[in-house]
Amino acid sequence: MAKPDPLVEMRHISRNFGGLQALSNANLEVYPGEVLGLLGHNGAGKSTLIKILAGAETASEGAIFINGHEAHINGPNDARAYGIETIYQELALCGNLDAPANLYMGREISNWGFLNKKAMKEETAKALSRLNIRIKSLDTEVETMSGGQRQAISIGRAVHFNAKILIMDEPTAALGMEESKMVMDLTVELKKQGIGIIWISHDIHEVYNFTDRITILHGGENVVTAPTKDFTEDEIVSMIISGRPVERAANEEA
Amino acid sequence: MNLTKLKSNPIVWILMVAVLMAVVLSFLSPFFMTVGNMTNLSKQVSIVAILAAGQAVVIISGGIDLSVGSVLAFSAVIIGTLIKMDVDPTLALVAGLVAGTFAGWINGMVITRAKIPPFIATLGMLGIARGMALVITGGVSHPVLSPLFLFIGNSKFLGLPIPLYFVLVTFLVVGIMMHKTVFGRHVYAIGGNERVARLQGIPVDRQKVKIYALSGFLAAVAAVVMTGRLAATPPSVAQAIELQAIAAVIIGGVSFVGGRGLVITALIGALIMAMITNGLNILGISSFYQQVLIGVVIIVAVWLDNLKSSNR
Ligand SMILES: Nc1ncnc2c1ncn2[C@@H]1O[C@H](COP(=O)(O)OP(=O)(O)OP(=O)(O)O)[C@@H](O)[C@H]1O
Ligand SMILES: [Mg+2]
Repeated sequence: MAKPDPLVEMRHISRNFGGLQALSNANLEVYPGEVLGLLGHNGAGKSTLIKILAGAETASEGAIFINGHEAHINGPNDARAYGIETIYQELALCGNLDAPANLYMGREISNWGFLNKKAMKEETAKALSRLNIRIKSLDTEVETMSGGQRQAISIGRAVHFNAKILIMDEPTAALGMEESKMVMDLTVELKKQGIGIIWISHDIHEVYNFTDRITILHGGENVVTAPTKDFTEDEIVSMIISGRPVERAANEEA
Repeated sequence: MNLTKLKSNPIVWILMVAVLMAVVLSFLSPFFMTVGNMTNLSKQVSIVAILAAGQAVVIISGGIDLSVGSVLAFSAVIIGTLIKMDVDPTLALVAGLVAGTFAGWINGMVITRAKIPPFIATLGMLGIARGMALVITGGVSHPVLSPLFLFIGNSKFLGLPIPLYFVLVTFLVVGIMMHKTVFGRHVYAIGGNERVARLQGIPVDRQKVKIYALSGFLAAVAAVVMTGRLAATPPSVAQAIELQAIAAVIIGGVSFVGGRGLVITALIGALIMAMITNGLNILGISSFYQQVLIGVVIIVAVWLDNLKSSNR
């Protein structure tokens, strides 16, 4: 199978916090229309790696290439300009604001500094209905909504701004089964549109059935990157824990 | 607007309390509702109300500004000193506004660049600005007898005292800023969750500097009114007034945690405090009780607010 060019390549990324080496020489690539599972134990460096891509952290070393060109990402707005949208598990929305305010946060529709609330509300309604997301009222504070609805708004936001690369950091961790399914259905929809998705999760079963490829990190270093189905679920679990690639699969690939 | 929506509107409650107080006071004393007393009341409330508008913005953003009383004195002293040096009063007024805004800007820079918490940064400015006011004047109060300031302090327009217009314009402009502009939206977002705001690309630091500069500017506006009323600029003026401004905001129902509340309620909060002072005065009750009562009102106001939000 001839692979298209990667949407994103992160090359030799290192990041240390004081004495702590959170990432050393980590690599990651995402292709259009795929879901890449980013796996690793707690503290393996998954969130740090994607935060660097999202502009919420800066790398100590390394380079990021988008569509083959080196990208300089120094803040969230730079990342968004490259079409990178991020869904943070806990840090997605301001609970005290309504859905339109959250959807347009940081890029409000305005004239001369004055908000165009009507346009934002209409666009939000359209964006959410396009994704079949139902919300009782657009005027209620998102704090009063369910976890699934809130996650849906974050996804709606990413899609509305034409994400090409969507980062989802444990998007289903706080959700019930039904809500998780809704988020995954939405994600499949986006995948069909050619968006590259980075999916971080600790739910191996979910990852196994849902992702196309996996990248495993251990102590900030790459363990393996391969199509998900090259391994069994048990092998993946053991690689996450041990931090060493399983021999048999590596032989098969060669 | 339907009834449930009306009931959950934060203005409705606080306005009802204010009206109730006015009614009770006018029954207790026939003097309360007179034009003379109302003029008096609106003058008394003006300084705290203007400061409370700025304080409300700061508190909604999740911060606090303890320096407004000192910044007021600093601005007033700049005005008084310049007028004493025969500078044109209009120019002196502008210089006073610039001085206050500058002090607020410094607050914002210290908070965002040096990462000093607002409580500490503005506590520092409380000392610095007051100290500067004393240094500049050597502790002496300059008389300000220019017609411009006498007009601001003592004249009326359409039957209403000029300071009242300062208050109304302040709340109108700040209200529009908070509810109609991108800046206001960002203030609420920062107060709601600063980390989210940052991750969503809001220039949090830049907006915070604007917020504290605005508070400093409004302290200077209050200084202009104060100078007009006193016809002098004593460097020790407006001590501890920041606590009254904070109290007005809290009584108005603005959440101390940030992200919630309306600026206009701070005006009503300031009115309630002024009515307590004024009402007890005309009833001939010792001013010692006023402080007790205001203290009780602050606690009860927040307690009621907690009750409301817990059964939400
Ligand atoms: N801002 C920070 N300051 C200091 N250390 C940090 C910071 N952010 C992350 N770390 C450290 O870097 C390491 C990697 O953290 P990271 O959040 O990337 O892990 P993770 O793989 O996302 O883990 P989890 O599955 O628990 O979310 C951890 O040891 C963490 O303590
Ligand atoms: Mg993480």
